[in-house]
Order: sequence, then structure tokens, then C-alpha cells
Amino acid sequence: MNNYHQFDIIVIGAGGAGLMAALYASRGASTAVLSKLYPTRSHTGAAQGGVGAALGNQGEDHPEWHTFDTVKGSDYLGDQDAIEFMCNEAVETVYELEHMGLPFSRTSEGRIAQRPFGGHTNNITGQPVPRACYSADRTGHMILQTLYQQCIKNSVTFFDEYHVIDLLLVNGVAAGVVTLDLATGELHVFHAKAVIFATGGHGRVWEVTSNAYAYTGDGVAITLRRGIPAEDMEFFQFHPTGIYKLGILITEGVRGEGGVLINDEGERFMNTYAPTVKDLASRDIVSRAMFLEMQEGRGINGKGYMYLDMRPEVVNKYAVEDGRKRPDGSPYVVTGEELLSKLPDIVDFARTYLGVDPVTQPMPVQPTAHYAMGGIPTDMYGQVVIDEKNTVMPGLYAAGEVACVSVHGANRLGTNSLLDILVFGKYSGLKAVEYSNEVAFQELPEDAADFARQQLENLRSSQGSENALDIAQEMKSVMNDYVGVFRTEEGMAQALDKVRQLQQRFKNVQLGDRGVIFNTELLSVWELGNLLDLSEVTALAALKRKESRGAHAREDYPKRDDENWMKHSLAWIKDGKVELGYKPVVITKYEPKERVY
Amino acid sequence: MEVTLKIFRYNPETDRKPHYEKFKIEAEPTDRVLDLLEYIKGYLDGTLSFRRSCAHGVCGSDAIRINGVNRLACKVLVQDLGRKKITIEPVLGLLVLKDLIVDMEPFFESFRAVMPYLVNDEPPPKRERLQSSEQHARFDDTTKCILCACCTTSCPSYWVNENYAGPAAIVAAHRFIFDSRDRAGAERLRIMNDAMGVYRCHTIFNCTDACPREIQVTRAIGEVKKAIATGKID
Repeated sequence: MNNYHQFDIIVIGAGGAGLMAALYASRGASTAVLSKLYPTRSHTGAAQGGVGAALGNQGEDHPEWHTFDTVKGSDYLGDQDAIEFMCNEAVETVYELEHMGLPFSRTSEGRIAQRPFGGHTNNITGQPVPRACYSADRTGHMILQTLYQQCIKNSVTFFDEYHVIDLLLVNGVAAGVVTLDLATGELHVFHAKAVIFATGGHGRVWEVTSNAYAYTGDGVAITLRRGIPAEDMEFFQFHPTGIYKLGILITEGVRGEGGVLINDEGERFMNTYAPTVKDLASRDIVSRAMFLEMQEGRGINGKGYMYLDMRPEVVNKYAVEDGRKRPDGSPYVVTGEELLSKLPDIVDFARTYLGVDPVTQPMPVQPTAHYAMGGIPTDMYGQVVIDEKNTVMPGLYAAGEVACVSVHGANRLGTNSLLDILVFGKYSGLKAVEYSNEVAFQELPEDAADFARQQLENLRSSQGSENALDIAQEMKSVMNDYVGVFRTEEGMAQALDKVRQLQQRFKNVQLGDRGVIFNTELLSVWELGNLLDLSEVTALAALKRKESRGAHAREDYPKRDDENWMKHSLAWIKDGKVELGYKPVVITKYEPKERVY
Repeated sequence: MEVTLKIFRYNPETDRKPHYEKFKIEAEPTDRVLDLLEYIKGYLDGTLSFRRSCAHGVCGSDAIRINGVNRLACKVLVQDLGRKKITIEPVLGLLVLKDLIVDMEPFFESFRAVMPYLVNDEPPPKRERLQSSEQHARFDDTTKCILCACCTTSCPSYWVNENYAGPAAIVAAHRFIFDSRDRAGAERLRIMNDAMGVYRCHTIFNCTDACPREIQVTRAIGEVKKAIATGKID
């Protein structure tokens, strides 16, 4: 077999989860990382505000509080055993990253600096607690760089710009992957005992998104094609503060530092929707509040955006109103200079893309498609589980946004994604080592690369006349309109219908580039096929869930229905058709309650 | 408004040598140059090849030459250019593989050569290592680097000598040399004192101008030079 490689463990994706997995895996087994981008291009680098851990550096905090906040934030759909595990691991994990050299911002005592974030509270007072460990507003960038640096130090093997197209399963266990080497256009087979998916999310399904072009749901799409289900796909987070029209993320850290959302009447409005924590309510609640304000005609100039205001005078005014104090008990007062030093990147984004200086002007923002709570089902060690009974598929692992553990349930709290990639990246790497040291390689069939080759050949040889960008645009538009922040039966049915039409049209898509070297068009179109599949699964799972929970808000079923819907959805694609099943939520200590912030 | 893009083209499968191709398209003043490239690729010529991912200046994929200077295609708006004729070329000094895609391997090789990772074999404390805000500020600027190569490929010294470590690698070295937690500063200074190290820098400042993260690259190089000259890291 040409272009054949053999490693004990293959990690797909080189963001935070993939690199953390690779660091741990490479200590105990031969490991290679395959990434469709250069590792430092991964989307972890776009994360801004912080990683959650109850260090208590700037006020009392406990992993138990972090656990409860995450359970509550998940609208009780998160699995409580996994959440408790993650929040307990958080503290040590953040110290580990610091020891690796991560340049955290510092407190006056030289400790890791922490800021408040949405939904993270002191469980006694209900007030926001500084739990987000940050490096200015480029925490994800620093995590990505630090982990990549450590991989260089530890001589981890990388195959950069190798795009994974297919997963190989033999005798019901993972046996390798098939990838396309972008530079040559050749397929490569990677034979492995264990495969770890860390391919990130799929925000490119929606029109307005904070997500990178690369976020096309490859991992979920590939595993769906191999009979593995996707969990909780109806839950996709809309972050409240994306730059108007562009969707570029403006960190929740702005509100953590005292920024407020303002409507067309020049008023703060979050106090009406979340009287205790106000602008630091969890993201689903804030995004809905913005939509409701806009529906009532209080969008800025009657349009589809609000202002995010971090001018020092505004921050200080509301800090007085809220009685906000510094950790030493003095009143909370900020200067423009201080905000600039804590949030330099978002100031740069606002200046570059909006021509707005946030220290002197408010920023126009709107909810932006941001994060997949759903994904490949796993247990809390990253092992992929493939049915309602959580049967483990041997040798297959998933970590990070591509996975659904589920620690985020129906709504993720800010800072918990950076935590998730670190903790579950680490444990999937450890588990993969344990497993690969015990088993032998499966024998690969001669035609291992055929399914991947056939998918790409179908695209390359299509004689149709459909334009891929048109199809993508129509998909994004209908998903934004009908499977977005608020949903209805009629709208979702319409979206599903439209997506299915687009899937038909996709079969006649016309490629302009029929070459082999760096055929980025071929891969973009293949990625669009993934997005269409994930759109269908998302719309159908959403249509069937007849309640409102976390990020899934239905106008026709406005209440959470624990009696009928306290369960995870599972979606399979069988013979081209999506089938749904359900499995129970793990509840340990926290009985479901109404969520009030 | 109508803009004309004059784009460097080279497809090794069909072209014997590079050439330029012009595209006239409608653009909004607030469009990113990347948006224009996406439009051309999507509707006019699917073979046009370039790298991109985050589309807002943090991943470093889309470093190209726009009207003769190195920029990220996603961080320049049409209105920033002040003209309707836009020339797009790959960055200089790295081998062109196809259109705007260059071989990044030599660039990352230089990066890896400066030991771009924290070295400290002392057993860490149970909690974080302490570092004051002042100590952190000493190397904060160079932690912003996204390895886009805008600086290195804008450097005339790098153009004439591809073995020169280049600004980005020196920025990476700086980030660790001045980190109070690191213990390999002396070794990195030795690497930087090499014939292909910091003394190839002739303070032309192209790198500083090219940096999309506004890192004071030339200053960082100067600080490394000074540390070598004085034998002191402070």
C-alpha cells in the first residue's frame, strides 16, 4: 500500500484538545497528530476571555461551586458525574499549564489573575465570582501556543495540512484513518490502534458566526457516515456579543470587567432579565434577552443589534449601581488605560472592523453562532460511546468541541470550553495509551482508502452546474433564520425541508479546480457536504425536542419539560436517513430546579 | 464600488512560470481583502488558492503581500487601501507552491531552532509559579506572536539570506529569554549570537510595520542584541 503509515495512536486536529491529547499520548505510545491546518492556526487560538478554575485567587471559590454553576448553566442536561470530574480537575490542570509556561496575567501577589464570567457565581451570595483565569484577552492563543511549544519540546510527530476524510473501523473497533495530503492531493492511510478525534465544532452552519472557516464539523460528519451517533445536536450556543454582521467574537470578559449591554433607549436591560447577575447571566439567557429587546423595537436604531458599552464612565456608573467592589474591598473604578491593557485584542478588532474605539464609543453587537454543545458521544475519559446504553467503541476517542461528554448540556458556560479541551484532551490521551498498549493492530483491508477516494472523486467528476457558495449561503441563511436563538415548529420544518433540497443540489455541484496540488476548493466543497449533513441532524433533533432548554428555545414550547425531555438525543444516519434515539442524563447531587440568575 | 485585483498566479500543474491575472469585482468599502479573494474563488475562478481560517487576524494563515506590503488578508479592509487597484502577491522569501500558498516549512524550522518552549527543571510548586506583573510585562509583547510570517518575509536581510533566523524566530526567543520562570536564556542567547542570528538585523523596521499584532519586533530584536552584548538578561 502506498502512502501507508503506522502509529499506535492517531490524533486528528491540533487545537487545544488535540495537542493536550498528543502530549499525553506521546509519552506512552507512538503518536502522530494529523491536522488540516498548521497547528497554530487552530481555532482554540481565537478564544479570548479565560479558562475556568476555582483557584480562588481573587475571592473565595470552590470546585463545588464551579460544578453547581456548570450544572445549572447546562439547564440540567449536563451529566453531573462528568461535570464534577472536570471542575475538580480544573485547578490542577490550570497549574499544569502555568508550569508549562503559559503567560497568565497576574494579580498584585504574582498569582494567576482571574475575572468574573457569565454564570460563574458565589453559591452563597449568588454574586459573580472571578473564576476565569486569563491572559489578557488572548487566553486561547496562549493555551494553543504553550501546548504547541510543549509538543515541539517533546518531539511530537505532526502531519500538517493532512485533511482527514474517513475513519476506518475493523471488527467493530477503530483501526485508522484516511487523509488527503493537501500539498500533493494524495490519499494516505494511517493505521492505528487508537484514534482520537479533536476536530472542533461546526459554527459555519450559520450565517453569523464567530467560528473559523475551518469549523465545518468534519469529525461528527465522518463518524456519522461510519454509523456512530451524534449527541445533543439541537443545542448550539449563540454568544451574545459578536461584532454586528461579521460575527467576530467580543469576549464576555468585557462584561466581566464591567461592560454592559445597552438598548436603543440608552438603558441597560439585563437587570430586567437576570436581576442578580445582570449582564453576567449565562449566554443563552443574554442572547434571548437581546432578541426580545429587538423584537420590542429597542434594537439600536430599530435594527438587529445592541450596544456593548465598556467606556470607563459607563462601567464606573453601573459599578456604583451594582455596589461592585475590588477584592480588597475598595470600590470598583476603572480607567480607559486599564481596560485597554486587559482587553487589547477586542479593542483592536473593534477599531479594525468597526472603526469604533471601545474606550470612547459603544460597540454594535449581535448574537453569533459560537459553540457546539453536541457532538460525538463520549464518557468522561474521552471514550466514544455508541448507543443508548453507552457501549464503548474500542479504540475510538473524542475530545474538545467535537465531543459531547456531556459537560455543557444545553448551554455551556463561558471559560468551560478551554477547560474541557484541556481535561478531556488529557484523559483521552491517557486512555488511548492504556488501550493501545494492550491490543494488537487490526488488519486493514486492501481497499481501506476507497470510501474516501470515492467521496472526493464524486465531487471532482461532477458535471453539474450548482455553485457551492450559493448552496452554502442558502444553508447558512435558513439555519440562522429558523434554527437560531428562537425556534418554532413551522420554521424548523421549513429549514429541514430546505436543507434536504440543498443536499440534493449538492450532488450537482460544479468544481472549478480539478487539479491535485493544493486543491483547496475540493476540500471546501467536501466540508460543505459535512455542514449540510450536520444542518439536517441539527434541524431534525431540534424539531423533535418539544420543550425549551438552554440554547434550544421554542416559542411554541416555552417551558422546560423535565418529565418528558430530561434526556440526551442521539442521531444516527442510516441509509441516508436521520434516526433519533435518547439516553438518560446522569444526575448525582443536583436535582433540577428552575434557573434564575 | 468596483475594484480591480491584480493577483499573482502560479499553478505548478499547468503553468511553466508565474503570471498575473486581473479580476474586476464589486466590493463594499468595509469588505476584507479576504472576502474579495473568497468571492473570486467561489464565483470566478475555483483554482485560485490561498490559506485562511479564522478571518479576524488571530490564526495567521493568510499572510500575503497587498500592494507591496505584508498584511493578513482578513485584517485589511478595502477602505484602508485608499485605492481601487489592489495587487495581491505571495509573501517573499519562501518558495511559492501554488498562487498565494508558500512553503512554510523553513519558517517553522527557524522557529523550532530557538528552543521556543519554557525550560525549567526545578520542581514546580503545588500552585502556580509566582511572577509579578512587572516581570510578566517584560515579555508580554512578544507573547502575542501568531507565527504568520509577515515579519520574517518582509525582511530584506531574510530575502538575501534564507538561513537568517529572521524576526519571528527572534521574537520567539525573546518571549522566553525575558520570562522570569525560564532557565535557558543563556543557551538561547548563544543561538542568537550565531552568524545567522540577531546581527543579521539591520534595523530596517519592515518587520515592525508588517506585524498584524503590533508587536514591537525591532525593539525585541534590539533587546536580545543588548542582552548578548552585556551578557545580562534584565
